[in-house]
Amino acid sequence: MQKLNGKGMHYKDLNQWLKAQVAAGEREFLLENINGQRYLGTGISADLTITVQGTPGSDLGAFLDGPTIIVHGNGQDAIGNTMNAGKIIIHGQAGDVLGYAMRGGKLFIRGSVGYRVGIHMKEYQQQRPVMVIGGTAGDFLGEYMAGGILVVLGLDRQPNQPLVGELVGTGMHGGIIYLRGEVDPAQLGRECSIFPADTEDLQLLRAILAEYCQDFSLELDTIMAEQFFKLRPVSTRPYGQLYVG
Amino acid sequence: MLGIRPRIPSGCAISGIMSRKGRRMNGEAIIQSIALMHDRSNGLGGGFAAYGIYPQYKDHYAFHMMYHSETAKINTEMYIREYFFIDGSEPLPTRPLPQIGESPILWRYFLRVRPEALNVNGFLKDERDFVVDVVMYINNQIDGAFVASSGKNMGAFKGVGYPEDIGRFYRLEEYEAYLWTAHGRFPTNTPGWWGGAHPFCLLDWSVVHNGEITSYGINKRYLEMFGYKCNLQTDTEVVTYIFDLMVRRQKLPFAIAAKAVAPEFWHKIDRLPADEKELITAIRQVYGSALLNGPFSIILGHSRGMLGLSDRIKLRPMVAAEKDDLFFLASEESAIREICPAPDRVWAPRGGEPVLVELEEGVEV
Repeated sequence: MQKLNGKGMHYKDLNQWLKAQVAAGEREFLLENINGQRYLGTGISADLTITVQGTPGSDLGAFLDGPTIIVHGNGQDAIGNTMNAGKIIIHGQAGDVLGYAMRGGKLFIRGSVGYRVGIHMKEYQQQRPVMVIGGTAGDFLGEYMAGGILVVLGLDRQPNQPLVGELVGTGMHGGIIYLRGEVDPAQLGRECSIFPADTEDLQLLRAILAEYCQDFSLELDTIMAEQFFKLRPVSTRPYGQLYVG
Repeated sequence: MLGIRPRIPSGCAISGIMSRKGRRMNGEAIIQSIALMHDRSNGLGGGFAAYGIYPQYKDHYAFHMMYHSETAKINTEMYIREYFFIDGSEPLPTRPLPQIGESPILWRYFLRVRPEALNVNGFLKDERDFVVDVVMYINNQIDGAFVASSGKNMGAFKGVGYPEDIGRFYRLEEYEAYLWTAHGRFPTNTPGWWGGAHPFCLLDWSVVHNGEITSYGINKRYLEMFGYKCNLQTDTEVVTYIFDLMVRRQKLPFAIAAKAVAPEFWHKIDRLPADEKELITAIRQVYGSALLNGPFSIILGHSRGMLGLSDRIKLRPMVAAEKDDLFFLASEESAIREICPAPDRVWAPRGGEPVLVELEEGVEV
């Protein structure tokens, strides 16, 4: 394992160091005293593990293509931007626009997240991105979602604290959003509908959440005990007639 | 030269620190906080507002001036002397830095209004309204003169450069304030110039802003009806004047003023309980022209506290944190942790949700 004290280091130097170490064959990294450095893990196509102590900067794991990144702390904005493969685990909370246009890999967050999370997630054949949010999510969750799986658990929720914000799934035309608990239909965008999760959904959820619970030392059965709902798009081509009518 | 330049991935940065007990701290921490977000600015503007820095002159209007020529300075001083007692007049202390280009003449005055200046045709004019008129006159009528700040016991320190360099240039480590705000600029629609750097100040108000006010034209015309002139080539100016109008002149609570500039959407208002619905509807009807549209996150500083606010759909970031008597607001959590590694609480306010922090009751500053 290669250790690095990131105190005061610029993100370019930090990422160059990482790339040089990976080129030299290293596969395990511990980055300590990280604070605000952006784009960590970007541009490395390899199977490796980066453990981060601190608060990494925005665009953590942007275009991520293989590595596993574990953050012991909070994340900022735009984590997993357009990520392709690999896994990001955030033990704290995180900011806005997570998993933007994500097209593969896994993004697990223990706490709550901000606005515009999972916008335009997509899938193709075997590529099916998965995001699990342990707490609650802000407005525009899954906006323009085209594929993949988004799960919101609402753990440690205060009474009256909504599970998700406004305009969930606006423009959604693919993929699936699972919600652990009910939601006021007025919070949903016009392009998706809500259904109770069926047996097949619960099987899929159990598989995803077993891994999630292992990563965060949580009790799977307790989480599965609550009722889940799913949001699906009402049409795969909501704007198909926009320019022809 | 082909003029190929590296991409600068930036987007403005703001930060604010305040002690609710009125404890003063020097400019070191706020410089470190804004410097952590260096990559959000592009070197075309940085600045700071500091409250509590002039206890020896705390009842004077502290005018921080920028002059583009000696003539502008002479003309301004002739004008000021007519209406004010000038109890202090000196250059703003600076240190030369290779990172900072040529600066305007930077000067400060400590002023008291001459009582006769407030007598307008037998009517007594409100002193602060009068000072606003003076600031508007200097900024718009005296060529090459610009008032950077005009409040009591506070001041703005700003210019063209990266914020941490601007902070060193103005020797902010020599000032003690209970409230600091800072800005790193990435000018989008207007040129980067010394007067156009943030914060934007009027009386005790200061505004640092990340974003763009797309309703600028409507806000500007609305403010002109109340005597504010918006000629400083930046959208942020309107934010300062809107709060001066609503909170100082019209005595609205901050929470109401914040609702006017960032109200709920109508589809949400329809679902509110009846009394709230009536209130927000009334605010939108009366203050429709004060609504700030477009992406923004701002920190409004004033002599008793600060207000953090982002636009209704949160198109710009804002993180808040607390530690004992200290309160923090910043564009990024890491900018807070740089100076406070273990806050008691860290959270992201919702879009349009005002974060109000004030000095504890009874704290005199």
